[in-house]
Amino acid sequence: MAEVNIKNLHKVFDRTEAVRGIDLSIQDNEFVILVGPSGCGKSTVLRMIAGLEEVTKGEIYIGNNLVNDIPPKDRDIAMVFQSYALYPHMTVFENMSFGLRLRKFSKEEIKKRVEEAAKVLGISELLKRRPRQLSGGQRQRVAMGRAIVRNPKVFLFDEPLSNLDAKMRGQMRIEIKRVHQHLKTTTVYVTHDQVEAMTLADRVVVMKDGKIEQIGTPDEIYNFPKTGFVAGFIGSPAMNFIPSKIEKNGNGLSVYVNDDLSFPIEKKKEVDLKGFLGKEVLLGIRPENINEKNDKESIKTKVKIDIVEPLGMETMVYFSINKVQLCGKVSPDNDLRDGTIIPLYFSKDSFHIIDPLTDKVL
Amino acid sequence: MKIFSYRNSINSNRKWALFAAYGCLILFVIFFLFPPYYMLITSLKSNKEIAEITSNPWLIKQGLTLEHYKYLFNETPFLTFFKNTIIVTIAVVVISMVISVLAAYSLSRLKFWGSGVLATGIFLTYLVPDTLLFIPLFKIVGWLGLLNSYWVLVLVYPTLSVPFCTWLMIGYFSSIPKEIDEAALIDGANHMQMLLKVFVPVAMPGLIAATIFAFTVSWAGFLYPLAFIYSESEMVLTVGTVTTLIKGDVFHWGGLMAGALLAAAPPVIVYAFLMDYYIAGLTSGATKG
Repeated sequence: MAEVNIKNLHKVFDRTEAVRGIDLSIQDNEFVILVGPSGCGKSTVLRMIAGLEEVTKGEIYIGNNLVNDIPPKDRDIAMVFQSYALYPHMTVFENMSFGLRLRKFSKEEIKKRVEEAAKVLGISELLKRRPRQLSGGQRQRVAMGRAIVRNPKVFLFDEPLSNLDAKMRGQMRIEIKRVHQHLKTTTVYVTHDQVEAMTLADRVVVMKDGKIEQIGTPDEIYNFPKTGFVAGFIGSPAMNFIPSKIEKNGNGLSVYVNDDLSFPIEKKKEVDLKGFLGKEVLLGIRPENINEKNDKESIKTKVKIDIVEPLGMETMVYFSINKVQLCGKVSPDNDLRDGTIIPLYFSKDSFHIIDPLTDKVL
Repeated sequence: MKIFSYRNSINSNRKWALFAAYGCLILFVIFFLFPPYYMLITSLKSNKEIAEITSNPWLIKQGLTLEHYKYLFNETPFLTFFKNTIIVTIAVVVISMVISVLAAYSLSRLKFWGSGVLATGIFLTYLVPDTLLFIPLFKIVGWLGLLNSYWVLVLVYPTLSVPFCTWLMIGYFSSIPKEIDEAALIDGANHMQMLLKVFVPVAMPGLIAATIFAFTVSWAGFLYPLAFIYSESEMVLTVGTVTTLIKGDVFHWGGLMAGALLAAAPPVIVYAFLMDYYIAGLTSGATKG
């Protein structure tokens, strides 16, 4: 069990800067997820923590030790790879015990640890099989088992579920959560899947272009994004962004989209937004805040539905306002067809205003 | 109806493909099994029958005889040749495999300055034919005082086998996913452990192919022993059999055939035994696969 502290971390590969100054403190027992689009440097950060990539500049501490120049095997970490990276010629038992055998643990201790981990992961019957005789999900369990038996200070996961099909991914997500609740080992987990980020993490680190965009709990990241990028990246379907203007509205200010759609701005926010009066901004609103439910806190506008996407539990509707395609979420009870004109209600208090120049959420 | 005719056409296609395949295979087998068959038949014929112009070369008509085998074992140093060949071959295979596995690992995994050029360079040396090399090598081994000893072969055969085996093993090692090394590195393996406990077992089919190659180079080599060795006590099978059984212009055909047949037996046994280990798909399941 240990904290991980990263200070001003940089990584340069042949002149391209993959990681540009990252500061991150991960608490003991915490489950932190690095998320971002491909090429954002999240895997590189993880690989530097593991010791598989050299640090160009900056410091990484595991516990109280500066580990920049310590080889991976002495960092007391374990890693689970996207491709599982099991040793093909070894049985499951041998795969899981390889690290312990290299560290000269006694046979009894190895047996005890492997059996315990296998029990936790539900792979006790598979110990004598070889990787090629296992399904993807089973292989990933073995890869996790190999990490668990070592009882390391830190677990590192590099997109562990990306190779699994959707159903198995859901199961393994729960499995990983269960294992973390059971072992409480500090975990750093890299993924590009925001569902994994939202469901597993204690804290989510959203990265873009080698930098951290925002660090926060899944709730904070979802409800209070600091940048337009975070707002658009987290959430599925993605948040709608509508070009609009800040205008005067009686005593206060409002975000003006068109004559039907104008969102009044809360009094306490007005101070920050005074400077934007008359300027172009982006209005960000999530699909679930555009629906067919009429309540006092919403603004009604009539739209022509372009595409209906029934998902069973809910129905997504796509329509255009000011030539921008938007998405709303309605109840499946409405019998909607492509081309229908219906009233939709935009929530008045769940929108974000984004400065298009700085991408900051205002 | 349509489906049926489609199926029929697949079936008739398949039938013709099978006919053609078997036809070609039978021709191939006859072509390649003819020499050993001829060796066996001739080695069991009496000298008289071999010499007769009227006898049928494909059949034994005047009775079987083991006289050539007896002659080979009792009158010639055939067993010495055999022993020398075994010693040379084992030494060459061991030396070649140790050097080429270590070289291939470092060239495929420890990316050092010039490793790419070196890997290509090693393969290029294999392309220099031994007929060009034996004269300068003669000078070198003469200077080393190894002429006329079978240990010279242990020294020179690896110059042929190591480049090719290294090149082959580089290919196999490069096909092992990088994550496996990284997993082993995190598990606490050093380079030697990674090589012996992960790379070598995973690349076993390649290792066996390389072993077979090194074995063949040293078992069947003719030019180097011919050039470097002249005492019967140091001779190996290939050259020894020929020099002792061809006296001037007298060819002892029966003995030659018996010797060739016996000399060819170990490679056949080794191939048959090792082929079983050519298990394809040993690496499947390592990664997502």
